[in-house]
Amino acid sequence: MTRIDDRIRRVDAAEKARGEAVYLCDVKMEGMLNARFVRSTIARGMIDSIEVPQLPDGYWFISARDIPEGGRNSLVMIAGDWRCFADGDVRYVGETIGVLVGPSPAVLKALEKEIRITYTEREPAITIDDAIAVKGGPILEKDDVHCSLVSEKGENVEDVLARADEIFEETIETGFQEHVHLETNAAICCIEDGKYTFYISCQCPFYVRKSVAGLLGLQPSDIRVKQTTTGGAFGGKEHFPDVLAGPLLVAESVIRKPIRLVFDREEDMLYSVKRHPSKIVFRTGLDKDGNLLGSDIDVYYNCGAYLSSSYVVLQRGVFHANGVYDFPSTRIHGYGMATNTFPSDAFRGFGAPQTLFAIETHLDHIAAKFGFDPVEYKRRYFLKQGDETVTQGHVVEKVVLEEMLDQVARKSDYWRKTKEYARGGGRGIGMSFYNHGGAFTGNGEQSIIKAHLKLVKDGDRFTILCGQTEMGQGFRTILRKIVASVLEIDMDDVVYDNPDTDCVPDSGPTAASRSTMVVGRLAEEAAMQMKERLDEEHVEIETEYRHPDGHPWDQSTFKGDAYLGYGWGCACVEVEVDRLTNEVKVVGIWSSHDIGKAIDELIVHGQVNGGIIQSLGYASMEKMENRNGHFRQTSMSDYVVPTSMDFPRQEWGLVDNPYEWGPFGAKGMGELVFNGADAAYIDALERALDVTINRIPMPVEDIEGVRHD
Amino acid sequence: MIEFTLNGRSVRFEGNPLTRLIDVIRDDLGLTGTKEGCGEGECGACSVLRNGKLVTSCIIPVGSVAGDEIVTIEGLRDTDQGRCLVDAFAEAGAVQCGFCIPGMVMAAQALLLTNSHPDEEDVRMAISGNICRCTGYDLIVDAVLLASRKGEGLW
Repeated sequence: MTRIDDRIRRVDAAEKARGEAVYLCDVKMEGMLNARFVRSTIARGMIDSIEVPQLPDGYWFISARDIPEGGRNSLVMIAGDWRCFADGDVRYVGETIGVLVGPSPAVLKALEKEIRITYTEREPAITIDDAIAVKGGPILEKDDVHCSLVSEKGENVEDVLARADEIFEETIETGFQEHVHLETNAAICCIEDGKYTFYISCQCPFYVRKSVAGLLGLQPSDIRVKQTTTGGAFGGKEHFPDVLAGPLLVAESVIRKPIRLVFDREEDMLYSVKRHPSKIVFRTGLDKDGNLLGSDIDVYYNCGAYLSSSYVVLQRGVFHANGVYDFPSTRIHGYGMATNTFPSDAFRGFGAPQTLFAIETHLDHIAAKFGFDPVEYKRRYFLKQGDETVTQGHVVEKVVLEEMLDQVARKSDYWRKTKEYARGGGRGIGMSFYNHGGAFTGNGEQSIIKAHLKLVKDGDRFTILCGQTEMGQGFRTILRKIVASVLEIDMDDVVYDNPDTDCVPDSGPTAASRSTMVVGRLAEEAAMQMKERLDEEHVEIETEYRHPDGHPWDQSTFKGDAYLGYGWGCACVEVEVDRLTNEVKVVGIWSSHDIGKAIDELIVHGQVNGGIIQSLGYASMEKMENRNGHFRQTSMSDYVVPTSMDFPRQEWGLVDNPYEWGPFGAKGMGELVFNGADAAYIDALERALDVTINRIPMPVEDIEGVRHD
Repeated sequence: MIEFTLNGRSVRFEGNPLTRLIDVIRDDLGLTGTKEGCGEGECGACSVLRNGKLVTSCIIPVGSVAGDEIVTIEGLRDTDQGRCLVDAFAEAGAVQCGFCIPGMVMAAQALLLTNSHPDEEDVRMAISGNICRCTGYDLIVDAVLLASRKGEGLW
C-alpha cells in the first residue's frame, strides 16, 4: 500500500536509466521520411523570390502555397498571429519559409543550401529600446506594442510621488534565456487509421491539435496527438511544438507518409523560443526615513515578432511586480513589445521571474542607500493573509514568510554573516524572497480550461485518464501516488500513461504549476468517489474543475483574486569573489519553500535543486545575445549552462502550510523554485564587491565593467 | 571495413569510416539508449566507454575505434555493476526527464572502474562533462555515492 508520505521510486526512473524509455528520436516507422526547415536568414523584409532547384525523386519542398483552400496560415497559440509559413514577408531570423522532406537527412541539408531566396531588407527592431523608438517603422499597424495593461492599487501614484521626500528611480534589465532541454524539439506526423496523427515531444498535446487543425480547415478532434517521453521542456515545449507540427501537417497532407523532424542542437538553440528579455523601470516614492510610499513601475517585455502567448506572460509579470511585498500604492504598466527577434514564449516562471528579480534588486538598492540590512528592510513589507494585492484582490492564504526566513537565516547563519562581511570585502551573502501564483490567472481554470479527469476501475486495476504530461517533473509518479494513497492501494495498481488525445479528456496544459494543484485535486476527488464504489467491477468516474466561491476575477479589468494559492520562497546565496580576476565561487545555497504540502519529498527535492541551479545560471552565466536578429550563441559550447562543478550542494527545506483546495494540501511548485535564487546571487555579488548591478546575466567577464560604472 | 567490439560482441562496419560512432550505434545497430544532446561533445548524453574510458560518441568517427572495446548502456545495464547503478539512480531520485541519464550512468561507471570509493568532489568531477538541465546534480551525485556504497566489491 502506498501512503502519501512514503519515500517511493519514480515510476519512470529505471526505464530511463536503462536507456529503454522511447523518446521521439528513438521512434522508427516503416517508410519514414525526414524533414528540414528552410528559414529566413534576415530579420525583416519582403521575400522577392524563392528558387527551388530540381528536387530528386522522393523529395518535396512544402511552403505556404501548399496550405489547401479553406486552410488558414496561422498557428493558434492563444493569439493566432504566428504564421505556419512566412508568406510575402519575413519578420525574424529563422522564420519558417518552407520545409524540405525526403529520405536522407544529408541530402536535405545539401538541398537547403541550394534553395535561393532573395529579399528586400528593412531595418529591424531588435531590442526593447528599438521597439519603443519604432526603429525601421512600425512592425504592427501603427507601433511596436503587441499588448499592454495597467494594474493599480491604493492612491493615485502620481499624488503619492508628488508628496514623497525622495523618488528612487532605476531601470533593471534581464536577458534572453534558452531552455536547453537535453532532448531537442522533435515530432513525427503520419496518418493512422485515416487520421492525421502526431507523435511529439511536448507539454500540451491538446494545444498541438488546436493550434494546427485550421491549417487544413479541420477541427482539433480531426487530429490525434500522442505525447512521447519528453526529455525536458521548462516551457520550451508548451507552445513551440506547434511551430514544428504546423509545417509537418501541411507536408503530410501532400505526401501522406510518416515524416519526422528532429532539431539538431544548433537549430534548437538558434531557432526556438526564449525567455522574454525585460526592462523594468521603477519610480519609487520614499519618505525621509526610507519608508515605501508607493511605486510606479513600467514593465517592458520583448515578445519578438509574434504576440502568440506573450500577453498572458506579460500579465503574470505585472501581477508579480510587487514581489512578496505590500506596497501601499502601486501603478504597474505592462508593455509587450514587438521586435524582429524570434518570438519569446513560455519559460519556467512565465513572466514572473523578470519582475521578481527586478523588485528584489530594487529593494536591495533602496536598503543599501538608507543603510538598512536588506532583509530587515524587506520583511517590514511582507504580505500577509488578507492584504490587498496589486490587482485589488486579497491574499487568500496564510503567509509564512517569517518562518521561512527564520529557517534559511538559521541554516545559513545569515545574521552573523551580514554583519561581519564588510561590503566590498570579497565575500558576500544575499537573500531573496519570491512567490508564484499557482495555476491560470483569475478564473481562467473555470472559464478557459474547464479541466476534466477520468478514473476508471477494471477489476483491481485503476487507470487515470487526463492530458497532463510527464516532462521530467515527476507528474506520472505524483498522480499515481495521489490516487493510490486515497484508495489505500499499491501504486503499481494504478496506471497512467503518456496522453493520447483520442483516449483522454482535456485536463488543460501541463504548465502554470497547475498539474498537481488543479489536476491532482481532480484525481484526489475522483479517487475519493471511487473509494465508495470499490465493490463494483467496472466504474468510470469523471471529475471537473470547480472554482471556489467568493473569489471574483474580472478578466477585462484584471481586478480581483488573481491567484488563490501562491507558492512562496526564500533563497540565500553566499559567494567569494577574487577581487583581482572577478572569479566568483558560490560557497553556499540555502532555501525554504512553502508549497502547501509535498506530495513526494524526493521529487520536490529534485525540483528545488534544479530550479535553483537554472536560476543561478540565468543570473551568472547564461548569456544569449542577439545582433541584427541573429542569436550569437549557437551551441552548448558558447551558451553555457551550469555543470556539476559550478555550484555546491544545496541545503533546502519546506514549511508545512496546507492549501485548502489542493490534493493533500499541495500547491504549485515547479516554477516557484526558479523565481528567486538569481536575485540572492546578485545581492551577494553586490555586497562582496560593493557594486550596483542592474542587469542579468552578469557573467564573470562582465563584472569588471560594473566595477567601473 | 572496421571491426570493433560492442557490448562484448564483434561488430563489422562497412560504411564510411568518418561516420560518427553514435550514428553507427543508434542507426545501424539500433541501440537507442545512447542519446544525442548536442552533437559536439559538450553535453555527454552520448557517452559510451571505449576501452573502459568515458568518451562522447558524437565526435568520434567510427574508423578510429577499430579494434577497440565499446560499451553502451545496453551492454552495462544487465551486469551486476549496471543493475547496481540503475538501482541507485532510481533510489536516490536522480532521474527527471532522463535524457542525460544513460550518459550519466556511463560516466558513473567510468569513475567507479578507476575509483570504487569516490568522495563527493570525485563524483562532481567525473560527471562534469555530462550536462543535466533538470536536477541541479545533487541527487545524481547522491546516486553515484550510493552505488559505490551498495555495490561494495563490485568495482
